[in-house]
Amino acid sequence: MMNSAVTQARAEKTPPGASGAGRAVDGLFRQLTFAAAVFVLLVLLGIIASLVIGSLPALEHFGASFIWTDVWNPVTNEFGALAPMYGTLVTSLIAMLIGVPVSFGIAVFITELCPVLLKRPLSIMVELLAGIPSIIYGMWGLFVFAPFFADYIQPWMTAHLGSWPAVGALFQGPPMGIGMFTAGLILAIMVVPFITSIMRDVFEVVPPVLKESAYAMGCTTWEVVRHVVLPYTRVGVTGGIMLGLGRALGETMAVTFVIGNAHHISAALFMPGNTISSSLANEFTEADGQLYTSSLIALGLILFCITFLVLVAARLMLMRLQAREGR
Amino acid sequence: MSRYACRRIVNYFNLSVSVLTMGFGLFWLAWILVTLVQLGIGGIQPSLFTQMTPPPGSSGGLGNAIVGSLIMTGLAIAVGAPVGILAGTYLAEYGRHSRIAGFILFINDILLSAPSIIIGLFIYALMVVPLGHFSGWAGAISLAAIVLPIVVRTTDNMLRLVPENLREAAAALGAPRWLVILRISYRASRAGILTGVLLAVARISGETAPLLFTALNNQFWSTSLGRPMPNLPVVIFQYAMSPYKDWQHLAWAGALLITFSVLALSVVARIFLRGTEQQP
Repeated sequence: MMNSAVTQARAEKTPPGASGAGRAVDGLFRQLTFAAAVFVLLVLLGIIASLVIGSLPALEHFGASFIWTDVWNPVTNEFGALAPMYGTLVTSLIAMLIGVPVSFGIAVFITELCPVLLKRPLSIMVELLAGIPSIIYGMWGLFVFAPFFADYIQPWMTAHLGSWPAVGALFQGPPMGIGMFTAGLILAIMVVPFITSIMRDVFEVVPPVLKESAYAMGCTTWEVVRHVVLPYTRVGVTGGIMLGLGRALGETMAVTFVIGNAHHISAALFMPGNTISSSLANEFTEADGQLYTSSLIALGLILFCITFLVLVAARLMLMRLQAREGR
Repeated sequence: MSRYACRRIVNYFNLSVSVLTMGFGLFWLAWILVTLVQLGIGGIQPSLFTQMTPPPGSSGGLGNAIVGSLIMTGLAIAVGAPVGILAGTYLAEYGRHSRIAGFILFINDILLSAPSIIIGLFIYALMVVPLGHFSGWAGAISLAAIVLPIVVRTTDNMLRLVPENLREAAAALGAPRWLVILRISYRASRAGILTGVLLAVARISGETAPLLFTALNNQFWSTSLGRPMPNLPVVIFQYAMSPYKDWQHLAWAGALLITFSVLALSVVARIFLRGTEQQP
């Protein structure tokens, strides 16, 4: 703090011998960078404005019932957001149910168990999963994973889990391999690297003294993770999970390939469904008529609001952890 | 069973599960990469780069799509990177302790993870609707909007790592602030900022969703930015979803090409970054 204040004071004072022109350049450069920074804000405002303006016709026509209407009929010009919203939430929920424990396991392995020599290569390999473009996940999911899943895993799941009370209804559906479960599973693979890298980072800031004291008291590795590392990093871990959730909610291309694109709500996870982003990707360029386009943009607005809230919560949590570190 | 044995069993069980999850993660990576090589390697021939996208049933390549993607990626970096570096400079140098900078950084982090399809909708409303048609420009600008927050974030991070003493030394010699930034801060963080740009290139090379509504696609050679522009991700999307076998083969070849370029880029960027971290 002290040092930077001194720098600022010194740098802003006209240095001896500097001409007025030098000072003008300084002001100019400062304003240029400031304008660029404000531009970031303008992008966000532009996004909000364009979505709101674009969705006005649909919102005026359907009112708030747009959100809970389960009809999507371009022929009769009736649109409701419920089915895509349901699909978005369900696929993201599946992704979180699978992705969070896996990410946690990988982060624990890399920070606590892995030999030092393997740490870096393994971290890079997990991060490569994040580097694979989402369209590749989609193609692979549709042409490789879905047939495999339909032939080997799905019949087994339907036969064994489908008869359970309560949850049995979830595991019904035609053995096509595509549907909401496949989409959720592929989303899980896609969010694992994001959640893992944040968990790994926050696990590494746990002061070694804390862990060592626990080990000295005779704790097992698992107990140290469970009772020392996790409580210390709880906020950061939650932030990382929310960040992954934000990714899953907005992911487009991978889901578009494997979800089956059907506008209806069904409890069965093996049924084709739809998400907000896949509806947009599939229908936006083909939409004719103002109401149709506007309804799709309204879907985009809903998606933006949901992800915005999730991401704000994620960032606030991660900032809280950083603030504690700085103390 | 004694309490101690019980704790040990829980420990071993949970740690084994942790090892299994690691295997689980690597399993998918291996499966996807092996699939890509198996299905795509046959299509990697010279004609892939020289010929243009064919109608169904005849042979061809992805030449026009590759060129279109390169042009739009280049433009997106040319627009997004300078603005991002300047904005990052403000956040880390001038506004380090100000509230507005903290707020902008927060918003930037939101933009960083905002769904890319939303960016596509935004540029559609901003450029495609007023002009009345899809265009290469709109595609490039939508990619630039994705580049911007990535570059802002890395520039800000890297500039904050520059030791304060360096700036003070320069200021003590009488250098004005802008010279300190240009000659000292940028020079010290050059490799890091470049890494951010590389990561941004890697990110937008495979980006498909925003291009669907902006650049669309084009069957022919077209380097005119005012018209719909062919590009690799959308061609892959359309060809993969088509019922024609030869189109699907081309899509796999394109997928292999794009994935390995992106992965190579991000590995290079990381090695680059590590090289700078180790310098004192």
